[in-house]
Formats: sequence, C-alpha cells, structure tokens
Amino acid sequence: MSAANGTVNAKQAMLARRDFLKSSATIGAGLWIAAYVPELAAGVAESNGKVLAPNAFLRIAPDETVTVIANHSEMGQGVYTSLPMLLNEELEADWSKVKVESAPVDAAYNHTVFNMQMTGGSTSTPSEWERLRRMGAMARIMLVDAAAQKWGVDASTCRVQKGVVIHAASGRKASYGSLVESASQSKPPQNIPLKDAKNFSLIGKSTRRLDTPSKLDGSAQFGLDVRVPGMLFALVARPPVFGGKVASVDSAEALKIPGVRAVEQIPSGVAVVAERFWAAKQGRDKLKISWDEGENAQLSTEKMLQEFSRLSASSGSIAKKTGDPAGALAGAAKIITAEYDVPYLAHAMMEPLNCVVDLKADSCEIWTGTQFQTVDRLSAAKVAGLPPEKVQIHTTLLGGGFGRRANPASDFVVEAVHVAKVAKAPVKVVWTREDDLAGGWYRPMWHDRFVAGLDAQGNPVAWTHTIVGQSIMQGTLFEGFVIKDGVDGTSVEGAADILYGIPNLQVDLHSPKIGVPVQWWRSVGHSHTGFSVEGFFDEVAHAGGKDPYELRRKLLANQPRMSAVLQLAAEKGGWGKPLAAGRGRGIATHFSFDSYVAQVVEASVGKNGNVRVHRVVCAVDCGRAINPDIVKAQMEGGIIFGLTAALKTEITLQNGRVQQKNFHDYQMLRMFESPEIEVYIVPSEENPTGVGEPGVPPVAPALTNAIFAATGKRIRRLPIRPSDLAGSEVKS
Amino acid sequence: MTSFFVNGKPVKVDDDPATPLLWVLRDSLGLTGTKFGCGMALCGACTVHLDGQAIRSCVAPLSRVEGKRVTTIEGLSTNLSHPLQRAWIEVDVPQCGYCQSGQIMSAAVLLRENPKPTDKDIDEAMSGNICRCGTYTRIRRAIHRAAEMAAEKRTP
Repeated sequence: MSAANGTVNAKQAMLARRDFLKSSATIGAGLWIAAYVPELAAGVAESNGKVLAPNAFLRIAPDETVTVIANHSEMGQGVYTSLPMLLNEELEADWSKVKVESAPVDAAYNHTVFNMQMTGGSTSTPSEWERLRRMGAMARIMLVDAAAQKWGVDASTCRVQKGVVIHAASGRKASYGSLVESASQSKPPQNIPLKDAKNFSLIGKSTRRLDTPSKLDGSAQFGLDVRVPGMLFALVARPPVFGGKVASVDSAEALKIPGVRAVEQIPSGVAVVAERFWAAKQGRDKLKISWDEGENAQLSTEKMLQEFSRLSASSGSIAKKTGDPAGALAGAAKIITAEYDVPYLAHAMMEPLNCVVDLKADSCEIWTGTQFQTVDRLSAAKVAGLPPEKVQIHTTLLGGGFGRRANPASDFVVEAVHVAKVAKAPVKVVWTREDDLAGGWYRPMWHDRFVAGLDAQGNPVAWTHTIVGQSIMQGTLFEGFVIKDGVDGTSVEGAADILYGIPNLQVDLHSPKIGVPVQWWRSVGHSHTGFSVEGFFDEVAHAGGKDPYELRRKLLANQPRMSAVLQLAAEKGGWGKPLAAGRGRGIATHFSFDSYVAQVVEASVGKNGNVRVHRVVCAVDCGRAINPDIVKAQMEGGIIFGLTAALKTEITLQNGRVQQKNFHDYQMLRMFESPEIEVYIVPSEENPTGVGEPGVPPVAPALTNAIFAATGKRIRRLPIRPSDLAGSEVKS
Repeated sequence: MTSFFVNGKPVKVDDDPATPLLWVLRDSLGLTGTKFGCGMALCGACTVHLDGQAIRSCVAPLSRVEGKRVTTIEGLSTNLSHPLQRAWIEVDVPQCGYCQSGQIMSAAVLLRENPKPTDKDIDEAMSGNICRCGTYTRIRRAIHRAAEMAAEKRTP
C-alpha cells in the first residue's frame, strides 16, 4: 500500500515516478496518464502565488488498476480512503480496482493551503476537496476522448460506468485499461467541469476503508516494520533534562554486548548501533553517561502551576476585545471567577517513533511515518550535507500521529540522519516507550483565569479570560502566519472566537518561555480552551440559575449551525429526561477546524472518587460528510482521546526530569472504561470541514459538567483525580 | 539454538535465549505483524498465542518457547477468513491499525474459550490491549459479530 517495502522495486518505482513527474510522458508499458493541472481553484492559486506544476495523483494501468497517490499521510484518520473517494467520484473507475500509494516528496504534492507537503490541522480532505476531484475528472475526460476518437463519435455521446466508457447508440464499450495508451497521447483538457453534487455516487456514502484488510493480517507496513538490506538498529541515550549535553561517556560495557557494533556521540545524545534491536537496547542499558544538565535542571511543573496562576492575575497581550469588559464587570449584579489548569501531555502514539535512514555519499533515503515531509526533507538534507532533491522520503503508514509526527524541528528524522552518519550503514533508529514519553514536544501546560459578570437576571454580560502557556508556533515555519501582535493564535483558539453572544469580552495571553519543547497535539489550543471555556460557561449558567443547555441555546441564537448540533445532541442525549440514580448529565459545545460539535455525557462517581463514564452522545456538523462512517469513527476516537486526557494522563517534571515512564504511570483509557458512544451527523451541503480533531475538545467539559450535575463538585483541573471526588458520590 | 513452531512451521533461531520473543519474531524471522508498544506487557500490541494461550511476547524470553507452538497474526488464517478478521472488516474497526494485531489475537483466545461473550467478558479479556485511536466500541461490536459468524458456521 505505501511505498515502504524497502525493496529495490520500491526504489525503482520511486525513481520512475520522479522521472514521470518531470516529463509526464508515457513510461514503458506502464502507460500512466499524466495529470496536469492547467489551473487550480482560485483559493489554491492565491495561496501558492503561482500556478501549480504538473501533478500526478493517479495512475491507471492496462490491468485496470487505479493507483491513487496520496499526498497526505494515513495515521488512522482515513485519508487513504477519503482522498481516493474524492478522486474517484469524478474518475468513476471500478472502486474495487482502486489502490493507494504514498506520494514521494515533491512540490506537486504540497498542501493546497499551507504550500508544503504535510498532514495536519484536520485539513486533508477539506483541502483536497476540489483538487482531487479535478484530478479524477481530468483523467476521465481524457479516457472518454480517447474512446470517442477511436470510435469516431462525439465524446458528449459517451458515458462512463465503473471504469468503462460506453457509447450506448452503437453498443460499444471500452475499459479504462484498454484506453490507457491512446489516452496518454492526448493533451490534458484545459476545462475540467465538476459534477453537480446531486449526482454524487460515492461521496457521502459510508465506504469501507481500503487499508483495513492489510491491518488484520500483519501485512500493513508501518515505519517500524521497514527492513532495508544490511540495515542495523540503533537506540539513542538522550539527556535526562531538556537541553542537557553529554559530559562524558563510558561505553566499555556496552561494547561487550554481542551484536553491538558502535557507540557514538551525536548531538542529541549517545547512539548505540547494533545488529538487532535487542542488542542495541541491552547496550544502551550498560552505558555510563555523565550529563551536563544545563539550565533546565530545576524545572518543576508544581512550581510552574503557581507561577502560571500568579501571571494570570494580570492581563496579557490582548487577543480579543469587544465592548467594555471592565465597565460591564463594574456594573454587574454578580461576579464569578475561576481558574482552570491542564498539564503537559504526550501524544503517546501506539507506534513509538522510529526512522530508517540509508545515507550514501550522494543520496539519503529515509523511510518513516511522518506528517511533515517537506520540513523533514529540508532538515535531513542540512544534516546530510546534500541538496534537498538528493533526499527522498518514503512515507509509511503511521501507527498514530496526533501531531507528534509533524515535528517542527524534525527531531526524530534529524537524529536518525546523525546516527546514519556514525553507523556507516543503513540504520533504523527506534524509540522505546520510555524514550517517547520523556522525549518532549508535549501539548503545553495551560492555566486559564476567568471573570464573568452577570446581570440581575443571571445573564452573562461580561467575560474576561486570561490564558497562560507556552507558544507552540514560536520558532516554527508558521510563526509569521500565526503570531500577531504577540499573540499565538493557537494559544487562544476556541477562546477568542467563542460563538456565544456575550456583549463585553476580553481574551488575553501570557506566553512564558520555558525549556520544555511543546508541539501541536490533537486539537492544539482547543484541547485546553474546550475544557476551560465550556467548564466555566457551565459555572456561569449555574451561578445565574440557568439550565446549562438553555443558556447555551439562548446565546447561540445567531449561530444556526452550532444551535442545530447543540439541539441534536441534547435531544439524542435525553437532556432534561430522568437518569439512573447517581448519574449526572453534562453538555458542551465547541467550534474547531471549521466544524461544529456538541456532546452530552452521562457519568457517575463511585465512593472512592472513581469516575465512570456511561454514555457519550455526539452531534457534529462538518459540512458535507465525505465518508460518514469515517466521520463517526473519528468522533468516537476523538472522544476516547479526550476522555483519556480528562481522566488519566499528565506529564509532570521534577528537577527537570519527566516523571512518567510507560503505560503504568501514563495510563490510557481501556476497554472496560470505555463508554457507549453515539454519533449523529447533521446533514449538510456546505464544503467539508475538519473531522480528525473536533471530536476531542468538548468531551472533557461535558464530563466535568456531568460530574457537577451528579455530585455538585466542580472540576477545574485535569486530569480528574479520585481524590478530587472521594466521598462525593451522591449529590447533597 | 532454540527450536519451536511458528504458524505451524518449525523454526530454529540462534538469538540469545533471553531475547524477548517479540524481537525474535520481528527481527530474526521477519514477522512484523506483531507490534512493539511498551516492552512491559502493558499495552498488548505484541500479543501472540503460545500453545493456544495469549501471551505478551515483549516479556516472554525466547527460552520459554522451546519446542512450543507460537501463532502470530500472520498465522491466524491464510486469507482473512477467521471470523474475527471478517467481523473487523464488516465493522471497519481499525484506524491507525497498529494495535489491531494484538487486539485480534487477544479476542481469538476469548472467542475460543467463550463462544458467546457478554460485554463484561469482553471487558475482562480485552482490557490489557490499548488502542490510542479509541476503537474500543467497534472492537466490542466486532467481537459480538464474530461470535455470531462463528455460530452460523457451526450450525448451518
């Protein structure tokens, strides 16, 4: 499925495709159809500032196989199915003949908005919505023209069905495969009209994932499964404190382990290179390293918690200001305040980070599951001392990504190239779970302080929100786009753009600099603002004597799409209906990645303080749902991901050291803790919007709001600890 | 040399007998369907069958399998015909898919010992397997479905 088999054939195919991209000519017996983009949608051309170069998003072979070349990485979100669906809606090939292959690194595969090859921001399907349909339509037009020419009929009198061109009047038929050669001779059309949506036959249908079978018999190739001839294995001992350096290393014992080939210092630590993973692991365990720990050796998250709270007492850089918040607060009948905290979080993909590098004098070949091909290639080229075009990346399947595999510093790729330099052979660098959890690039720790003013009727008339936390975007390629007037837009997303109609509003931001590397983590800023904003909103409702659902509905009166999902979730979740004894029901909404989500959670608390989540009902408006079953799967997964953050996980530091080691102290939600989940999709003809992330933000506040309903206890810090709730199982 | 059977075939390997079976399967025998997730028997990604019982291969030393029969995901069926594989396709369970080999190998032992498991049985048998993508509700549904499929096969 991916070009990651690590074989000579894969390499040859890659080289052939590279040539193909340059010449777009017919190659040998492969007879590929070149996909030119004469002119793309306005948005694409504008964002790029240029007309896109020739593209190759599909190949049709004489045996009828259609290979869709995916420029977005498959990390579980379903793009190896949804992207081919877009393309084949217009191509109309036989769906059972459609295969997927990962794209090489090439500007032709750049993201239509971000102008670099990458996967993130819940944008894969929305950003390809138009382009891939045109790619498919272009090929179909060429195939129909070729058939019409052969038969001496007008192309407009032909139609296509399941990969066959049909001229009904004469009863003639020709399969796509049989037309490949003649179609390859013709020029791509200049004008590529698209179907009217009412004629869609694939888009909007729950279509089974193309990658499922390979994931059930061990044949799916993840980065960790790549094998290159002559390949060695390496583990790296990294400093116990972020920014630390090796002072000295004693490798004598490590080198005695059978199979260990080399122990070498690299910029990020000490690499142990061996014939097998297990030898490398044993060798690393035997290293005696003395570290220069540097300036972060005193870092403590407990101290940061206090410092963040202190900072939040004063306003930061203004992200949003409407009306006169100070005046409105001064005149309010009732004031309520609250502080919310969330911890650093690791992505903890099930497949630990890994990267295979084959470095030669004039080339560098990389196999890895990455979300960030363009950046990784540039970073690798710099370390390898090669021009970027001499570096090729084979993107494998990703055993989870959640943002971690789009690293702004390409940390796991850069390090692997350094290891390849000292290994002097193809090498696979493997991270253990302990390496992964201690490796940084976390979701930042955040502190949120709110003040709200209510009028005499209990309606919120003023709302101020001060946010404290590290900037993710600072120092990245995105800095110029995202940081404006000292405000990183991702720090305040979901807060500065709340949809509720509150007349006097201020959102401001402190971005302290701390030596812990931080990164986007599934839903980015929304992962904290969803919790804090919707938790505090619930407090506001209760303080004003309002039903939390009714107050939301009232303040969303001018937001028809969010109102609709809110009402759907409330209806399906049985808002206001009687509940089993001991249970509470909570509700939350959140707008992120241009999608609207509302969730209702039913939960109870045991007498030891343990929380039980019984049921989650989710309503989503993500525009047109390309594959409704994948949308549902992403909501289900987002809910489990969000519940894990709400109930289980935190990364803490003491003396600069990460305290968590493995899944015993960084626990994931498990089957027995998993609630029933129901997902409802609001039918929509709007353009598709994000799906991978928007399911995450509302679930933590819907849960804490449910806990409040059940027990009267307000949770303002995640993860929820049993000690927060012990003895409060029954509402007094 | 350690001799044992993998997916019905006899194999001999010269790895150190203390090497975890996981790495013997993956690195020495090239059977990469069995996955590394934690190395501490905490996540279940490395689950295989040893003489029919589910074990975590990341903590099972090679010496333990001498003369025994190991089944990995590659040996569950030759053509995706196992009821669990069919049910997994029908329900479209996997997202990233990395944990699914282990999930299926755990579920296979459950179904063999308990052909009609309840939700509680599934909770007990499957809670050693983590899925970070959150496919639990679908795994549950697919196990019930596989139980039905297996029952249909038994009573035609």
